[in-house]
Amino acid sequence: MLITRKAEFSASHICANPAWTFEQNRKVYGPDANPNGHGHNYVLEVTVEGEPDPVTGMVFDLRELKQILNQEVVEPMDHRFLNREVPPFDRVIPTTENIALEIRRRLEPRLRAKSAKLRNVRLYETADLYVDIGAE
Amino acid sequence: MRLTRRYRFAASHRLHSPALSEEENRQLYGKCANPFGHGHDYVLDVTVEGPINADGQMVDRAALDGLVRRQVLARVEYRNLNQDLTEFARVVPTTENLASLLRDLLLDNWDLPARLAHLRIAETDRNAFELEVGRN
Repeated sequence: MLITRKAEFSASHICANPAWTFEQNRKVYGPDANPNGHGHNYVLEVTVEGEPDPVTGMVFDLRELKQILNQEVVEPMDHRFLNREVPPFDRVIPTTENIALEIRRRLEPRLRAKSAKLRNVRLYETADLYVDIGAE
Repeated sequence: MRLTRRYRFAASHRLHSPALSEEENRQLYGKCANPFGHGHDYVLDVTVEGPINADGQMVDRAALDGLVRRQVLARVEYRNLNQDLTEFARVVPTTENLASLLRDLLLDNWDLPARLAHLRIAETDRNAFELEVGRN
């Protein structure tokens, strides 16, 4: 059985490789490369897989999942400029793909410690663009 | 990793099979068989799959948008599917058949390093059709 919890955070970012010219970056990243950054309302959906516990009837305590999402993602990233305030995005370009990978990297050990299996991380940058990463 | 991009197009269609009687068409397709057709604001989700490139992206958004615009949107947007698409001259433009056609149109002209993995077309908020694309 799969259960999914949603969380939201608003953050700004720039997608640009510092080794490239502005024109090269504009060609690869489009308006995401504009030099002063811009923001999105990111929507995160985290899916955990398991069987309901015979006593509690729950696959995983959703309050606990919410707390983990808050600690690992929302508190450090909400209303922040990812490139300037949230490592590793001072050196890793914060594309939707890389943000999703970083979120999975942060969540996986927390869930593993609770014997929960992270099945998927879905990150929407806008309503029209999202990435999915299954667990490793 | 998978990345999904959402597109929208408005089109009309009529579900009516020449192999069936008027009464059979009415029974099978209901209001969708009304003689002058009707329209939808279709929502198309295109999912691609692959590794992340050195630029931190799985697929160049502008390249994907360009391909979908040229191969799909340019042909279906503000069109009557039955009358304007030769593929539907003899095939009923159900959204199932539309999904298969859009898959073929995309695959025949696919020039992106990431592979086409999945298509989803929502006809309205209440019905959607999904097609998993095999290895290609």
